[in-house]
Amino acid sequence: MRILTLKKVIAVSLLLTLFLGWVILISVMVGSVRVDPRQSLSILLRYVLSLKPTEHEMEETIILSLRLPRALLAGLVGAGLSVSGTIFQALLRNPLADPYILGVSSGSAVGAIIALLLGLSAYSFGLPLASFAGALITIALVFYFGRQGGRVHPNILLLAGVITGSFLSAIIMFFLSISQKEELHTIIFWLMGDFSFANPRSLIIILPYFGVGFSMLYWKSRQLNLILSGEENALQLGVEVERLKILSYLCASLITAASVSLCGLIGFVGLIIPHAARLLFGPDHRLLLPASALIGASFLIACDSLARTILAPVELPVGVITAAFGGPFFIYLLRRRKVVKTL
Amino acid sequence: MIDLHALSFRYRQDWVLDDLSFQIERGEFVGIIGPNGSGKSTLLKTLCRLLSPQKGEILLDRVPLTEMSQREIAKKIAVVPQETYSLFPFRVIEMVLMGRSPYLGSLLFEGPKDLEIAQRAMAWTEILPISERFIDELSGGERKRVFIARALAQEPEVILLDEPTANLDIHHQVDFLHLILSLNREQGLTILMASHDLNIASDYCDRLILLKEGRIYKIGSPREVITREHIEAVYGCSVWVDDHPISGMPRITLLKKGTPLHET
Repeated sequence: MRILTLKKVIAVSLLLTLFLGWVILISVMVGSVRVDPRQSLSILLRYVLSLKPTEHEMEETIILSLRLPRALLAGLVGAGLSVSGTIFQALLRNPLADPYILGVSSGSAVGAIIALLLGLSAYSFGLPLASFAGALITIALVFYFGRQGGRVHPNILLLAGVITGSFLSAIIMFFLSISQKEELHTIIFWLMGDFSFANPRSLIIILPYFGVGFSMLYWKSRQLNLILSGEENALQLGVEVERLKILSYLCASLITAASVSLCGLIGFVGLIIPHAARLLFGPDHRLLLPASALIGASFLIACDSLARTILAPVELPVGVITAAFGGPFFIYLLRRRKVVKTL
Repeated sequence: MIDLHALSFRYRQDWVLDDLSFQIERGEFVGIIGPNGSGKSTLLKTLCRLLSPQKGEILLDRVPLTEMSQREIAKKIAVVPQETYSLFPFRVIEMVLMGRSPYLGSLLFEGPKDLEIAQRAMAWTEILPISERFIDELSGGERKRVFIARALAQEPEVILLDEPTANLDIHHQVDFLHLILSLNREQGLTILMASHDLNIASDYCDRLILLKEGRIYKIGSPREVITREHIEAVYGCSVWVDDHPISGMPRITLLKKGTPLHET
C-alpha cells in the first residue's frame, strides 16, 4: 500500500533541488556577457567549496557578485510566494487564494510608495523597511477585522482582507495620480515586481522570515491536510484548529511581506505554482510544501533570467514574464485536467 | 461512559439544548430522534466539543470534557460526518490514515503500526480494494465506509453518527447499519446515532432519546418511546404504530393527512 513516507519526501526534494541547481546554472550563464556552462559550473563549485578563485576574474565577478545573489533572491522569493499561496489556499479553503489576497501586497505597496514619495531612493534600505511596515500593519488590521468572537472564520477573514486590500488600492491610485513623472516610473516598476532593486544584502533579510516561516508551516503540515476537509473535521481529529489557523496565517503573511518588500508585487507565482505542484505531487502538505517551494524557486529564477535577456539590454519587470507565461500555462492546466474537482 | 448534567446550549437567543441530563453506558447503541431543529445535531456536536455548552457539563469516563484536550477527546470519540468534501481530493488510504492523527501529535509521518491499524479498519469496512481511489470518485455508500474506517482508525470507544443513512439507497442502508451493529456487538463500541428514520432507530437501537425543542421528551427502550401518542405529540403528524411482523419492534407507518383511523 502506497503511503507517504519521509523517504519519499526527501527523494522528491532532492530531485527538485537538482532541477533547481540546473536552473540556477543556466541563469548565471545568460546575460550581456555570456559565460559558457563549464566555466560557470567551475566558478560556482569553487565558490561553494571555498576553493581559490580561477583566473577568469571578470566572469567570476559577474557571476558571484551580480547574477548568483540575484538568482538566489529570486529563488527565495519564488519559494516564499509559492509556499504562502499553498497555505492561503488551504487556510481560506479557496482555490483562487494567493499570497496577495488578504491585502498584504497593497499594504506593502502603500508603504513603498510613501517611502518613494518622501524621496527615499529605490535602492536604499528605507524602501523595503517602509514597505515591510506597511505589510505588517495590514496583516494586523486584517487579522483584527477577520476575527470574531475569538474565532477566525475563513470567509470573514477573506472579506476583511479583500476589502482592506481594495481600500489600500484606492490609496495607491491616489498617490499615483498626484506623483510626478519620474517617481511614477519607479512606482510602476515596483508594482509589477522587479529584482533590479534588490541587493545581495536583501538575501540576508529575507532568509530568516522564510526559514522560520517554512519550518513552522512544515511542522504543522500534517494538520494542514485535515483542515482541507473542513474545520469541524480537523477538530474531531484532535487538531487545535484556532491555533493552527492563526499560526499559518501569520507565517504565510510574514513570508509574503518579506518577499514583497524586497522586490515588489510579483503576480501569478503564488497562485499557479501551488496548483501545478498539487497536480504533480497531490494535495498532501508534507510533500506539497517542499515541492511547491522548490518548483516556485526554479520558476521565478527562470522568469527572471528571461526578464533580463529577452529584450536585452532593456530589462523587463519580472512580473510581466510570470504573468505572460503563468497565465497561459494555468489555462492549459485548467483545460487539461480539472485543478479543483469541486469547481 | 457518558454523563450529561443539566446541559444547555444556545447559539444566540433561544436555547437549542435545554437542560438535558442522561447517561449512556459502555457498549450501548443509542438513537437520538426528534423533528428538524429539535437539537439532535447540536447535541452530537457538544459531545465532541465542536460546540461548548453554556450551562451544565459532559463527563466522559467521569472526566469533564472541558478538562480534556481536543486530542484526548479524539482518542475516545470518533465522528462519522454527514457529508464532507475535501477542497483537494485525497486517496482512500490517506483519508483513513488521517484517523491516526490524535495519536501522532506533532509527528509528521505515520509508522508501520498506524498503517496496520488503518488496514485493519479498511478490511473491516471492506474498502481494501478501493484503497488507492480518490475520495471524490466514490459512490455515497463507499464514501460512508471510508469515514467509518477513518473513525475506526481512531481506535475510539464511542462513535457518533449524524443521519448516517441519509442519501443512501435501501441496499446501502442495510449494509451500513449491519456494519454499525457489528461494531457495536462484536467490538463493543458505544454508538450514538441521530436519525430521522424512526423505523431504523426502533429496529437497531437499544435505547432512544426523543427530543422536542431541545428538551428530552421521552427516553427509554424503543417500545417505551415509539408510541402513537409520543410521535404525534412531538412531530405533530398522525402516524400508525404497530409491531414489525419479523423483528417485533414498534413500526411506524406514515398516514396521509385526514386519513380516518380505525383501531384494530
